[in-house]
Amino acid sequence: MLQSRSLRFALPVLLAMALLPLGVGGYILGLLTIGCYYAVFAMSWDLLFGFAGEVNFGPTFLIGVGAYTAALLNHYWLWPIPACLAVGSLAAVIGGLVLAVPALRLTGPYFGLVTLVAVLMLQNLLVLFAGITGGEIGLDLPDVLSIDETTNYYYAFGFMTVTGAILFGLSRSPVGLILQASGQDAVEAAALGFNVTKHKIAAFCISAFFSGLAGGMLVFYFSTASVGTVVDIAVGVNVIIAAVLGGRRTIIGAAVGAIFLVAAGELLRPIGQLATFVVSAFALVVILFFPGGFLGRLLQDGGRE
Amino acid sequence: MALLKVAGLTKRFGGLVAVKEIGFSIAPGEILGLIGPNGSGKSTVMKCIMGIERPNAGSVEIDGIDVAGWPTHKIARQGVGIVFQHSRPLQRQTVLEHIKLALLPDNLLMLFTDHAVMRRAEEIAARVGLDRVMHRLPRTLPFAHLRRLELAKAIARNPKVVLVDEPFAGLTAGEVADFSNLIGSFRAEGHAVLLVDHNVKGVAALVDRVFAMYLGERVAEGTADEVMRNETVRAVYLGGKIETAARPERKGKGRTPLLEVRNAGVLYGKATALDDVSIHVGEGEFVSVVGLNGAGKTTLFNAISGLVPYSGAISWRGESLAGRTAGSIARGGIVQCPESRELFGDMTVRENLDLGGQHLEVAEAAKQLDWLFGLFPILQSRQGQNARTLSGGEQQMLAIARALMMKPKLLILDEPTLGLAPVILEQLSKALETLRQTTDITVLLGEQNVTFALPHADRVYVLEHSRIVWEGDPGRFAEEAGTGYL
Repeated sequence: MLQSRSLRFALPVLLAMALLPLGVGGYILGLLTIGCYYAVFAMSWDLLFGFAGEVNFGPTFLIGVGAYTAALLNHYWLWPIPACLAVGSLAAVIGGLVLAVPALRLTGPYFGLVTLVAVLMLQNLLVLFAGITGGEIGLDLPDVLSIDETTNYYYAFGFMTVTGAILFGLSRSPVGLILQASGQDAVEAAALGFNVTKHKIAAFCISAFFSGLAGGMLVFYFSTASVGTVVDIAVGVNVIIAAVLGGRRTIIGAAVGAIFLVAAGELLRPIGQLATFVVSAFALVVILFFPGGFLGRLLQDGGRE
Repeated sequence: MALLKVAGLTKRFGGLVAVKEIGFSIAPGEILGLIGPNGSGKSTVMKCIMGIERPNAGSVEIDGIDVAGWPTHKIARQGVGIVFQHSRPLQRQTVLEHIKLALLPDNLLMLFTDHAVMRRAEEIAARVGLDRVMHRLPRTLPFAHLRRLELAKAIARNPKVVLVDEPFAGLTAGEVADFSNLIGSFRAEGHAVLLVDHNVKGVAALVDRVFAMYLGERVAEGTADEVMRNETVRAVYLGGKIETAARPERKGKGRTPLLEVRNAGVLYGKATALDDVSIHVGEGEFVSVVGLNGAGKTTLFNAISGLVPYSGAISWRGESLAGRTAGSIARGGIVQCPESRELFGDMTVRENLDLGGQHLEVAEAAKQLDWLFGLFPILQSRQGQNARTLSGGEQQMLAIARALMMKPKLLILDEPTLGLAPVILEQLSKALETLRQTTDITVLLGEQNVTFALPHADRVYVLEHSRIVWEGDPGRFAEEAGTGYL
């Protein structure tokens, strides 16, 4: 029912995206490549917010730890890209655990505040140790994923599709059901015998893994790691807006929202600084008047009444 | 051997001893009723057994294993299940999926649902009478079905010990019979059942034994009959009877029209919540609107307070209220004290009251506060305590006191007795009577409890299925409208 609705929506879009390189130029592909990585950020975030019920105000903490671990390993020790990515995503998971284990003991808005402070600390550290990290200018990497736009696009597209399938499948599985119950009413979930903290930490780890991996791939796509692209609070805010805009608790909606945001930002580039304002204003209107997001109506209502 | 054995259980919240050395045991196939008025500590005992609160001392043995102080999920797995009074079901999952959830093991690697699990969930749905709605979403179901869903989840865990919080709250007579049978089936299967409720009468037919608490301590134990005959229990519970008081006549009372509702109708989506309702309240009058749960009392009050859109006309002192905001209506003198109380839980009693008196002059507010402390002495002694930590009865008094701090012309009281024990009812009743005798306040009271609503009323409306079906003097209520109600 819900599942087939989502799939009926997702499959044609994915098919069209897979055939896209046949028809469009490098510029658009480059744009969509970034869109796909943002989609992974947003989907990982939705798993935490939509399902585990925890608002992570600092998605770029996880993204940044993954990205910079991978970048530093490549820059200083010339590790091959796959090894950098593997260790980078592992670092994101460990960083996430260090943050989540104590933070999840808190209730109310405190978890969100902890995640927010974590990003600020990471950003500060990177700037403070500019001699090692490249600071605000960024860190150039010897390696790059590919110099061919089409190849890069397929890497990003494939990665997004696989991540989306895993996260979507997870959200519809029994584990996803337990996670939702834990997010909504922790006392009742515990009374049914579920270790709520364990499930939330698992969700946090999964979210951290995909965020860190996507962060790592993004810096290898640019061949440079900079605070402005993977750590800055503004990047995190965009990830959150993308997920809410697309539709909370849908996973797929988060991807749609992310690609929309990246595309809209680019389409409006001719109007200069105003572009950010227009996109933000649009997001505000959607959130205020259609809190279900783009896919809220499509995927949530009807079907099972 | 007993499945549940509680001994020396003590729980303190700061300086308040909520539960003091409570001990009892329940054998397989036995139902124990744990009863006590609001604030007696019975809910805290239940929470300590489930691990939602950590006891300060004592033991809770489940089938011989002491689980006191364990986290909730471990206690649940040891064989304890709970049927919560208020359920907050997941909005996007069907009834069947909720039951499935309760059948799942606590495992991070469960990625696919076993067919056997689905079949078992369907069986359980059928057992509790949800088989015809099992593919529907909870928000489309009536209250009684949601309670059945909670019961289904407890059945799914197949616990050795079942805790049921206020099993019959909010259910109609027919539903109560159904629920009794379902709870009785736990006994037949050899589970130990603990029913937590605030009066003996409600659970008397179902329980094997009753354990009565008051102010955190044990006051009696035995069969329902024994406990009901117990002197202490009678004193604690039944207290004095609520009696009809003589009404002081005032000049012009009820003559000057204050509030007039004409042909009011309210729709919630497609459902009619209020249908062509007309009532009027005169200055200084005490008017009661009686009706069962869901009859439309709260909807009527919300329409008057400007909280829901309505058709028809509502006027206040001859002027239409149409188009005015809820805030402006409240400032105009209509203050509603809602069923849900809406206190600021993390603020102290005093802060809650001060908020109500915001718009008053300092001296006037102090005077009003003094008068209220005279009306509700308990609030004076609880001034510095957070509202959340008050018992249900005290919270209700605070809600009324806060509303009175606003010096309303018309006070709307929505179900003030909801969930309160008889001894609290009596205190509340006395306070209302004092209010009525000593001030010229106008009151519109919505009640389900007729014995509480009638004694104070000058005039009574009966609301049934969104319509006013009777209006008249409380003295005539019993013979004309009381059949099937009293």
